Amino acid sequence: MTLQLVLLVSAALFAIGLYGALSQQVVVMVMMGIELMINGVLLAGGALWWFLAPTPDGQTLLLVVLAAMTVEMAMGFAVATVVHRSRNSDMTDSATDLAG
Amino acid sequence: MIVALMFWAFAALAVAGGIAVFVVNSMARATYALAVSFVAVGAMIVLLHLDYIGVITILMMLMEMAIMAVFMVMFMGMNPALMPMDMTHHKRRSAILAAVVFALLAGAIFLIPWPARIGSPAADLTRSLGDAIMGSKMLVMLTISPVLFATIVAALVLANPRGRYDRYGDRLDRRTADGYPDPDDPIRGGIGR
Repeated sequence: MTLQLVLLVSAALFAIGLYGALSQQVVVMVMMGIELMINGVLLAGGALWWFLAPTPDGQTLLLVVLAAMTVEMAMGFAVATVVHRSRNSDMTDSATDLAG
Repeated sequence: MIVALMFWAFAALAVAGGIAVFVVNSMARATYALAVSFVAVGAMIVLLHLDYIGVITILMMLMEMAIMAVFMVMFMGMNPALMPMDMTHHKRRSAILAAVVFALLAGAIFLIPWPARIGSPAADLTRSLGDAIMGSKMLVMLTISPVLFATIVAALVLANPRGRYDRYGDRLDRRTADGYPDPDDPIRGGIGR
């Protein structure tokens, strides 16, 4: 287990999540993609912490990433609820009002 | 050796689970696949000696997947969540973009001359994290707290079916002739109305 290998796994998770976030139409599935991306960031953060600077500062940063994950989930579900109520749909394609 | 084997097993599980999320043909299966991927990542974080963060990642993600399954059934009904379906768009462009991002990241990972390790880990890492949170890094937690509180308020405001503007229109101080609040509620009730 080396730094490069762990970072490679986290990059793979990030790329898979990116594919999901861009290609899925259902809001909940888009959130799953974003979750995978944040999970990749979390793993990369843990690897950088252990292999480069194992001080408590890095652990605190990982807690912030976990908090970001929580906020993303809560707001995502709230937005999905609003879209479902107002449009009777849970698809991203029915919420493109602000699309350029 | 055992740690290396465990790392490879968890890495394969995490990546396979992540791929399965967008390959399996029902959203319920996708939820399970994502849960497997998250547990594998949590286990890898534990292998990196971050016991506390790894365990709370696993616990948090399992709960999150359970909530996600409930929302899925709630929005889509029982059958669509369990039946095969394909609700995607721009698959080819998304796959190309994801592959490019992975190639760039992988290139950077192997080309960057990573510095040598600075400092050494504390004897008890969980305790050192607790000391940091309650001491020198307390400002971080104090910042996260209002953010989480604002999230609760914002999520409730968004999810609330009838807010005050739905009930009172543009005039929040709308009153009846008797001086009582006069909301536009489908079912009357409450004190004074």
